[in-house]
Amino acid sequence: MTDNVERAAGTPDEPMPFAELGMKQDEYDRVKEILGRRPTGSELAIYSVMWSEHCSYKSSKVHLKQFATKAPKSDALLVGMGENAGVVDIGDGWAATFKIESHNHPSYVEPHQGAATGVGGIVRDIMSMGARPIAVMDALRFGGADQNDTRRVLPGVVEGISSYGNCLGLPNIGGEVVFDPCYIGNPLVNALCVGLLRKDQIKLATAPGPGNKVVLFGASTGPDGIGGASVLASATFEDESQAKRPAVQVGDPFMEKLLIECCLELYAADVVVGIQDLGAAGVSCATTELAAKGTGGMSVDLNLVPLRDPSLRPEEILMSESQERMMAVVRPSDIPAFTAICEKWDVPATVIGEVTDTGRLVMTWDGEVIVDIPPGTAADDGPVYERPLREPAGQAALNADVPDRLDRPADLRATLLELLGSPNLASKEWVTSQYDRYVRSNTVLAQPADAGMLRVSEVMAGAEPTTRGIALATDGNGRYAKLDPYAGAQLALAEAYRNVAVTGARPLAVTNCLNFGSPEDPEVMWQFAEAVRGLADACRTLGVPVTGGNVSFYNQTGATAIHPTPVVGVLGVIDDVARRVPTGFTTEGLRVALLGETAAEFGGSEWAHVAHGHLGGLPPQADLEAERSLAAVLVSAAAEGLLEGSHDLSDGGLAVALAESCLARGVGASVSLTDDAFTGLFSESAARALVTVRPEAFDRFAKLCADHEVPCYGLGATGGASLVVEGVLEVTVAELRETHAGTLPALFG
Amino acid sequence: MSARVGIVTFPGTLDDQDAARAVRLVGAEAVPLWHADHDLKGVDAVFLPGGFSYGDYLRCGAISRFAPLMRELVPAARQGLPVLGTCNGFQILCEAHLLPGALTRNASLHYVCRDQRLKVETTATPWTNAFAAGQEIVLPIKHGEGRYVASADTLAALEANGQVVVRYLGNPNGSLNDIAGIRNEAGNVVGLMPHPEHAVEDLVGAPSTDGLGFFTSILKKLVDA
Repeated sequence: MTDNVERAAGTPDEPMPFAELGMKQDEYDRVKEILGRRPTGSELAIYSVMWSEHCSYKSSKVHLKQFATKAPKSDALLVGMGENAGVVDIGDGWAATFKIESHNHPSYVEPHQGAATGVGGIVRDIMSMGARPIAVMDALRFGGADQNDTRRVLPGVVEGISSYGNCLGLPNIGGEVVFDPCYIGNPLVNALCVGLLRKDQIKLATAPGPGNKVVLFGASTGPDGIGGASVLASATFEDESQAKRPAVQVGDPFMEKLLIECCLELYAADVVVGIQDLGAAGVSCATTELAAKGTGGMSVDLNLVPLRDPSLRPEEILMSESQERMMAVVRPSDIPAFTAICEKWDVPATVIGEVTDTGRLVMTWDGEVIVDIPPGTAADDGPVYERPLREPAGQAALNADVPDRLDRPADLRATLLELLGSPNLASKEWVTSQYDRYVRSNTVLAQPADAGMLRVSEVMAGAEPTTRGIALATDGNGRYAKLDPYAGAQLALAEAYRNVAVTGARPLAVTNCLNFGSPEDPEVMWQFAEAVRGLADACRTLGVPVTGGNVSFYNQTGATAIHPTPVVGVLGVIDDVARRVPTGFTTEGLRVALLGETAAEFGGSEWAHVAHGHLGGLPPQADLEAERSLAAVLVSAAAEGLLEGSHDLSDGGLAVALAESCLARGVGASVSLTDDAFTGLFSESAARALVTVRPEAFDRFAKLCADHEVPCYGLGATGGASLVVEGVLEVTVAELRETHAGTLPALFG
Repeated sequence: MSARVGIVTFPGTLDDQDAARAVRLVGAEAVPLWHADHDLKGVDAVFLPGGFSYGDYLRCGAISRFAPLMRELVPAARQGLPVLGTCNGFQILCEAHLLPGALTRNASLHYVCRDQRLKVETTATPWTNAFAAGQEIVLPIKHGEGRYVASADTLAALEANGQVVVRYLGNPNGSLNDIAGIRNEAGNVVGLMPHPEHAVEDLVGAPSTDGLGFFTSILKKLVDA
């Protein structure tokens, strides 16, 4: 028997399983207050999922608002936070939309499907802005490379991303793979998607216009990801006991590919008034959010939702997270055209309701009213918590344990090879060769380049030509953030910003995925608050606004949380994509120069981690003014055609940057250092980059650096079959390659 | 006259825009062909691009071969229409029995995307006449099921008739006889696992423009005809 509104009003004291659905007593009381009665089972399903941490950001909201209050003034921002994804103006009438989102917990439970549906979900966010998705990236964190469970999780995650993304036809152009034992029970799978659209074609999640139809299209609804709702359906309503159902969604990339092409044709035909993808919280989320942002009301007949499993109860339909579904608001006169396009692409589409001006979201099941709520109370007016914060008990001791006490190596050649072959710095080709980086033929740069880059002009047939390109990079260093979450978040931004700039692109906007432990732990909450404060401050200094992102809490096992891991994505634009700067040494006979200052900064460094298993002290200083000047030099020099190659300095310092530069095309180099060779080679000071310049262009380049007050040190020249640091070390490129390439295949087969 | 090359789109085809761009780059006309139409639109040649047609469900290419368009294409190919299938297109040509053998799961059991060295074994096809026999080229490969297999008799016949069009230098997937591409006996139908359409411009795709040869070949063939 179905719980309906009339019955709920008559049985005010009937116990409801709100606690099983993760709702607190006071939150449940607030629902009763809003409705003036107890909620029906279906209403409880909606509120419980919409007010969950994942959907409501109830613990993070009070901090995240700094991204708005501290936002730098930006003419580029067309759509900011709060929509499915941010949109930025990239010039010539084009706009880019991008966002990164976590799928951490599902990827631990079922690595393949968890990671695959992570890609699928972020791609639909981008589609729902009216854009054509054009590329994906993945920022991944796993437990120790030699830990047993990493052998289960990593291959599954990579295969999930590979099978879904490749089948979808989106090039995978970059990302990260990081190993640390702190992620062993909590791997991080952060998926980023970028799309392009014409500036005047932005779509929003809104349902205006009473009488307009609500269309559900794409895959049918099944029992995916509704662990919670099954509790509701079986525990409360004496229903036949539902078998335990999979809590992880299952993806169908073929349907998603059809959805992309179908949506783009629907947009081109101008038959969509508002659109929303169905992700977390499925129909609950789409209906409440669309209605809340539109005229305010909507009526839905849940019996019309096409089901893959006809035994589903309404509560389960509302909470199902079946993939590859979208909801559109369509004028009645456009329904035939809408349907015809869906039929062409074999995409099922069903009218399940219409927009009203009643201010209520009303749903029926078998003719009975089972939901009757003000939609904004579920979508926007969720609880907000100001959670207690406390600096972690061991923080001061951690910061006091500086790396000065660690033995410095005598043999720097051996140290270089040890670092280069360590899992975090070794070649990631074992992973990235499983991703298609070429599809759609717009990939200008892809991994292992510092940033992925795509040309814009060829993206949509018939659009006016432009020479522009966009660049994207993601970065994050959990060890730095553990030592100092404020600086760690700033360093993550600085590195992604720098990685975009070294390709010649001007950094424009930011997305972020904030991966933390439990917000109910004041020490974790302190890390979170510090990281958000640091990131917001840095975005203001660097002049790049946050356009959107995602928070993932509860990445912890028992009382042990992961390192705080803010992952930051930066999008940049290059005016003439033909001027892009490739990563590394391209030919012989070029001058090699180091930009930026080097200090002895080893806290949280890759050297301390690999050589000593040490984590202590403070991370490198985040000098944002220096980052800004460095980026200005790199972008100007690229535009003038002065740079033959470049590479960002980060994990492993100059030594690793030199080695990777040699590996890019098999070109060696000979350099000399004036100061302490160990510090010069392995310090991880920020705001530095390695560049190569034709000898005849060097004076002009040096002048550009001087104009921007960026230190420029000539180190030597490219050429030969070895990397030579005079008087310090010499390694053949072949040995570098063997060391660099061998590690992951040896671990993962 | 302009050479008109049809580019087929099945549900799940991915490289159709790329193929059309490559056709236009050499000065030919790219004509979109839709899987559900019984219409080849009078094209002079057909390109079956890569992707995951019908999601590769059941078996790669197994559903596509029954598409309405294929009922037009198969007899036309048997009568000499030049056809090039790459990747999923190659798989479809095998499923449709326009080419012998089959493409199975890579020996590594992993999808592989890399810039692959290849050797052009025969120029006696409308798609490879612009190359020199024995020429080494680099094209991207990107597939999970590209391991070419055939019976010993078929392999022997392919070799004896000069039907191996392109061979891998450094076998990436366990293909028998390092086979990366073959032609039918008549020579008009060619299937390749590598992707020439991703190696036609300096700015994007693979670090090679060797793919252009396949497109200049067909243009030359059609214009000379």
